[in-house]
Amino acid sequence: MAQITIKQVAKQFGKTHALHSIDLTVADKEFLVLLGASGCGKTTLLRIVAGLETATTGEVWIGDRRVDKLAPKDRGIAMVFQNYAVFPHLTVYENIAFGLRMSKVAESEIDKRVKRTAGLMHIDQLLQRYSGQLSGGQRQRVAVSRALATEPDVILMDEPLSNLDALLRMEMRTELKSILAESDTTTIYVTHDQVEAMSMADRIAIMHEGNIVQATSPVEVYRNPATRFVGSFIGNPPMNFLQAKNLGDGWFDVCGARMQGPRHDASELELAVRPEDINSTDSHGEGDWQGIVKVVEPLGSHLQVTCVVSDQQCRVVMDSDVIVKPGDTVNLAPVAERVRWYDANGDRVQ
Amino acid sequence: MSTESTVVTGNQRIAKWSVNISIVFLCLWVLVPIYLLIANTFSSPAEVNAFPKRIYPSFDTESVRFFMNFYGVGSALWNSFKVACLTMIMSIAVGAPAGYALSRFEFRGKNTFRVLVLMTRAFPLPLLALPLAVMFIKVGLDDTVLGLAIVHTVLALPFAVLITFSLFSGVPVELEEAAWTLGCNRLQAFIKVIFPLVLPGIAASAIFAFVISWNEVFAAAVLTIEHRTLPAFLLQSLDDAPLHLKFAGGAVLVVPALIFIFMVRKYLFSMWGIANR
Amino acid sequence: MQNKWLPYFLLLPATLFLLLFFLYPFGMVAYQAFATDEGVLTTKYITKMTSHWKFKTALSNTMWLALAVVPIQMVLALYMATIVSKLKKGRDLILYIWTIPLGISDLAAGLIWLAILDQTGFLNSLLVGLGITDQPTTFLGYQNKGTIFIAVMLAEVWRATAIILVILVAGIGLIPKEYYEAAEVFGAGGWKRFTKITLPLLKPSLQTALMLRVILAFEVFAVVAALGGTNLPVLMGEVYNRQFVLQDSHVAAAFALLILLISIAFTLLIMWLLRTPKEARL
Ligand SMILES: Nc1ncnc2c1ncn2[C@@H]1O[C@H](COP(=O)(O)OP(=O)(O)O)[C@@H](O)[C@H]1O
Ligand SMILES: [Mg+2]
Repeated sequence: MAQITIKQVAKQFGKTHALHSIDLTVADKEFLVLLGASGCGKTTLLRIVAGLETATTGEVWIGDRRVDKLAPKDRGIAMVFQNYAVFPHLTVYENIAFGLRMSKVAESEIDKRVKRTAGLMHIDQLLQRYSGQLSGGQRQRVAVSRALATEPDVILMDEPLSNLDALLRMEMRTELKSILAESDTTTIYVTHDQVEAMSMADRIAIMHEGNIVQATSPVEVYRNPATRFVGSFIGNPPMNFLQAKNLGDGWFDVCGARMQGPRHDASELELAVRPEDINSTDSHGEGDWQGIVKVVEPLGSHLQVTCVVSDQQCRVVMDSDVIVKPGDTVNLAPVAERVRWYDANGDRVQ
Repeated sequence: MSTESTVVTGNQRIAKWSVNISIVFLCLWVLVPIYLLIANTFSSPAEVNAFPKRIYPSFDTESVRFFMNFYGVGSALWNSFKVACLTMIMSIAVGAPAGYALSRFEFRGKNTFRVLVLMTRAFPLPLLALPLAVMFIKVGLDDTVLGLAIVHTVLALPFAVLITFSLFSGVPVELEEAAWTLGCNRLQAFIKVIFPLVLPGIAASAIFAFVISWNEVFAAAVLTIEHRTLPAFLLQSLDDAPLHLKFAGGAVLVVPALIFIFMVRKYLFSMWGIANR
Repeated sequence: MQNKWLPYFLLLPATLFLLLFFLYPFGMVAYQAFATDEGVLTTKYITKMTSHWKFKTALSNTMWLALAVVPIQMVLALYMATIVSKLKKGRDLILYIWTIPLGISDLAAGLIWLAILDQTGFLNSLLVGLGITDQPTTFLGYQNKGTIFIAVMLAEVWRATAIILVILVAGIGLIPKEYYEAAEVFGAGGWKRFTKITLPLLKPSLQTALMLRVILAFEVFAVVAALGGTNLPVLMGEVYNRQFVLQDSHVAAAFALLILLISIAFTLLIMWLLRTPKEARL
């Protein structure tokens, strides 16, 4: 059982507050992705779990042990670093065996495990090489093998794929996901790449300026962003946000259209809808918007069309055989059940 | 147009040749004097004192043998060696931990320490021999190998700190952290990961400390009487020793230094990198 | 990890060492120069130093040597460093050869030039061999203070230019190549690039090199001893004479204090003259 519990962890570097009171539980064997823009505190949080950084306040539990006062070696974790940190003076074999030797595993067992994990990561041909003789992708594989070989309860990965080129990254993504799914470890995986997060995670924890703003399944994060920030951060092209004037009784004026929304006191809310959740229709219905096409970007599988709706910008995804050109007027019908509402603080209004 | 371009290339050719000539001249400027000393050393005493001189040696070892058998030379060599080894050990043992701390930690007083180290640059360090002579008499270190080695360590320590600082800074922190997550404590991670990676550099800075001590004249001459090092011995004999003894002595001083500088050449630059900041 | 005390623990040996064998002794130099063995404060050692006939000569010789040697070395080292930084082939070999003198002690350097400039030395052999002179010339005799001075200059330039070279090559290595490329795009020629990019960006290195070199120049001793004996008195030689030959350690301390003060004064002066504002650094 290696459930990770982070209780009110805060971290200050001098005057900068890197983390504000973080609470997070990662279930046993779960693959949790910490997602957020650069500088939001992901690495700091991961390093606090690893024991490489000390939290200013708060507790970290792994299983039923409180670990925040323990040295990294006593926490039952393994870590994969962004720059791989493959020991340059040791062969690939010795790198993978390093952790096993430290815990005094028998030589025959070491050999077995090194070969097995190297096989898993397809580096069994490279065991006698040194890090200087490996490509970036191969080093990455060594780093993962080394972490897996110790059969840790918890694997922590800090942007492990960010130094690889796009193609290799996609390949490794799939491979890592299947290997980690088969092992019994709990994983915290840090990335700033939302595609990586969406495709790999059991659960995504989205961080923003030292807080976790939402921690839930990828679909849920995408469909029901807890805050305006999450909505704007996840999805490419990003979610549209349009001003909605409160008419009372749950009715709103959005870009000239009357729409039903939540009952709320504020005079104004924001309506959010994803570009693919807006249909361009021939006939004008109630609650539809009139948009003027500004830019058309053909992307092969679909068109990305940027419109202006009552002086506000709105992106729409259209089928690639629709014929539109800048200056055209289009009728836009948002899918009612996909529309979300946010208040002035950016919090979701139900 | 065409004449203009040939003028340019002509100028460039002249510039290139003047640089090449400068390089050759400057290499000769460094090498010829050393060659002449060595040539002198491998000539017989009679040839050394003769006039005019040949510029190639007769490969006579009489001068060298005369030097080696000269009273006091053997023990001076041995003392030089002992002092240099002690200096090497002390400066690394004291300097390397400091270099490590500077490269790995942020802490109060870090800057003060750096100023203390860099301050040694503004002081004529061999002068330390004077007050330390007084201090050493009180504690019984006068005219000892250890006492002189302490002074030489003050000379070598700033270099040891700066070189090891840049060595440790060159090892990514992640390597150390990876070792911690793989079951090492701080000391184990240092021994298993950091130390093997910096060993060549540490050796170089040890050698550098050795050379500093091996070459030092002033403090050695002031602080030792019975336990003269080779430079101190030679300094004392300048007035009365025959030429062939001086030259052979000079050569014995120079040759180890040449080899050592060759061995540390890769690290010559890291000593000064930090000083530029 | 409990790191709070570890850095202090690691710095402790070096700090204690420097306090005990560096700062404290230099304090003692000042004390010794002004206090008798019984601890009575006095200026008689200072007076004794300044009133000795050799004092003025030693002081002016030392200063003139520094003034004659250091500028030559700076220019030469700068020239060598720019050559090295442009080299592609053979850079390492040439750099090794040029830095050889770094490993050679001042005494050995003095002896090397003694082999050349001695009355029976190689230079005289050459001059007589070529028929330029018909008698060997006594370059290093007591009547020829001027030639001794030049001999010491030669030996010093030969020996101690390498240290400046190393600092400057390291400094040039820190200047990003893009600056030169950008300047070239704007049409700056070689000399312009040198004066507009290399020199200003190299200022911190020049400062370090100059400081180090000037202080070493005030310590000049063994080269002079090897080439001129006592014919060319310098400050450091006087310290040695007082301390070791005359056993007059208080006057020696007075000389030492003088060298110390000159060194510190020049360090501060150079730091101020070649200061680079923090924002203008690389
Ligand atoms: N050692 C440190 N000292 C000072 N500030 C730091 C340190 N490490 C991180 N920070 C600051 O903490 C914040 C979070 O950093 P980090 O956790 O590295 O972000 P991320 O990994 O999400 O990009 C940043 O503002 C960063 O500047
Ligand atoms: Mg990060």
